[in-house]
Parts: sequence; C-alpha cells; structure tokens
Amino acid sequence: MTKEELKIKLIEFIPTATFDEGGEWLNIIIRKDDLLTSAEILRNKPELIFDYLFCQTCVDWKTHLMMVYHLESTKYRHQVVMKVQLDRSQPEIETVSHIWRTAEFHEREVYEMFGVNFLNHPDLRLLILPDGWEGKNPMRKDFEDPVNMIKL
Amino acid sequence: MSDDLTINKNSSHTPPSGGRGAFQSDSSLAFPGEVHPTPSGGVLVSKLDDVINWARSNSLWPLVFGTSCCAIEMMSAAAAKYDWSRFGFEVARATPRQADVIIIAGTIVNKMAPVLKRLYDQMGDPKYVIAMGACATSGGPFFYNTYSVVKGADHVIPVDVYVAGCPPRPEALINALMLLQQKIKKGLTREQIREESKIDYQKAV
Repeated sequence: MTKEELKIKLIEFIPTATFDEGGEWLNIIIRKDDLLTSAEILRNKPELIFDYLFCQTCVDWKTHLMMVYHLESTKYRHQVVMKVQLDRSQPEIETVSHIWRTAEFHEREVYEMFGVNFLNHPDLRLLILPDGWEGKNPMRKDFEDPVNMIKL
Repeated sequence: MSDDLTINKNSSHTPPSGGRGAFQSDSSLAFPGEVHPTPSGGVLVSKLDDVINWARSNSLWPLVFGTSCCAIEMMSAAAAKYDWSRFGFEVARATPRQADVIIIAGTIVNKMAPVLKRLYDQMGDPKYVIAMGACATSGGPFFYNTYSVVKGADHVIPVDVYVAGCPPRPEALINALMLLQQKIKKGLTREQIREESKIDYQKAV
C-alpha cells in the first residue's frame, strides 16, 4: 500500500487520529486515551497487520513529551509512525508490550531515560542505567551532568 | 623522561652511564649488553634485570579488549596490512590470565569500569596498560554533559602510554606499543616503578 492508500485506511479505522506529512514516514498522531484501541487495530486489522514494532522511543520537546512507535508490516511491507503526546510533568501511558512483545524492553529504556511511567507493564525496572540510579532521567533536556556540565 | 622515550634514530641524546638506561640504544631491537671478544669466543657483560626486561618487552601479548571504534583500528593494527606481530605483539589473548598488556580501545562507561578493574586484576604480573584514543585518555567527546562515561581510564587503572586520536590510526597504536617497549626496557612502567619502590621500602625497614 502506498502512503496515501494507507492514510485513507487509517482514517477509516481511527477517526480521531491526525496526520503529519512532513518527512519520510507517514505520521499518525493519536490521542493518549485511544492508544490501546488504535494499537490493536494497527496490529490486527487484516488490511494493516503491523506486526513488527522496530523502534519505540520518546522525544523531549521541553513543553511536552512525545512517544514514538515505528511500525512495519512484515506481510505487506508498509510502514507507519504512531505518535502520542504526553504531559511532561507527569508522563503516564499504557504499555503496548502485550501487543508487541519487543516493547517490553523498549519501554524499560524509555522509562529510565525519560521517566515515562508505563501502566500495566509486566516488569518496569531500569534496563541500562546502574542499579540504584537516583539522578534525573538522562535524556530529558534539563538533565545536568554532575561532573562536567556546559550550558548553551 | 619524555625526551628519552622519543623514537628518533638520529637523536643526539646520550643516555647517562651506569644504572638504568645505560644500555639503552635508539634501536628497540638492540640487546642490552656488551660483547667482549676473547680468543675462545666472547664474554657478555650485562645486567640480569635489563636482559629480563629486554626479553619481556619483545613478547607482549595483548588482551582482546575493545569497547568502541578504537577496537576497529586495533584489529586493523593486528591484521595483515599493519601486522603488529612484526614488532613483537604477536598473539592477542582472549583471557586476561595469559595477557601482558591491556589496550583500552574505546569508551569506558561507569558500568564497564568495574569490569575493566577486574580484568586488570586478573592479569598476571608483569602487566602494562595502554590508553588508546581520546575516550580512554580523558572521556574525549564525552567529557562534558554525559551521564555514563568515565572521564579517563586512569581513574580506574594505572596507564603507561596514552595515544592521541579519535580514533588513532594503526600506526599511532604501533608507535605507542613501541614506546611501551622502550619504557619496559628502561624499567619505567608504572608497575616496575611500584615494585622497585616496594623493594626499596623493604630494604629501608
């Protein structure tokens, strides 16, 4: 399916979604409350079958956080980027680890690097950071290196 | 000291007579001693310490240890094109028990630091350390604004030779290993100095 065909299908299945055409990918922006239903539609609708979550991360835009899910269908070879905006002061979102198993450790990384709390995650603990890490979340824009810090 | 260690075949520098460095020549292959010919052959005059250091310096076994892109240059230095075995760094060992020199080829992060310390402790004496590249020397590009990088491997283990570069070319690494050979021959590596001072201390007590 081309990007345009895919977009028409997605509007049909997820009417609340908005789209962002800039860049290489088709970006579908989803409301936080619709995440689980939308994810299941993307994963299970016979026309879509996005069965491969090849990247999941987060972006700190200083005013808000944006969760980013890169999805691909191994059956149809089409791709889409799903985005969800989060509140920066208290970021919380449902886990998708029961839909795409790989999300389990991706979400652990986002949890330690951005401080996003994933609701109903089976095993939400630090992934890469040393045990007992008490500092801020390193990938937030306001993180400061306690040893050597240069501010621009 | 740095003057003594520069590789320069045309150097007019003359080592001091007696003690360390007495037999130091500019060629790193020279045997540390004098041969006095006699009618029935020859008599060799040398110091045992110097002979041991000479022997050790010409068979340095590096540990297979690489944590980032410097390791690629290290592999290149070991492979056919640069071939560091020409200078006596023959067999890279995958176990610290059999290695003489650890080349810290890459970034050391906070989580890697205890592993590096353990590897160093597991190496048998005598052991030597080369910090290869900017990361191992000072943290390099990760010196500022990082949450995970150790700002120089010498915070963890003592380093004998530092190599500049990001990453250094294989020639630079081979040059560093040859500098290390010269240091070993002079008995000036960190460990040799430490052992020496231990003996001095025991004599004094």
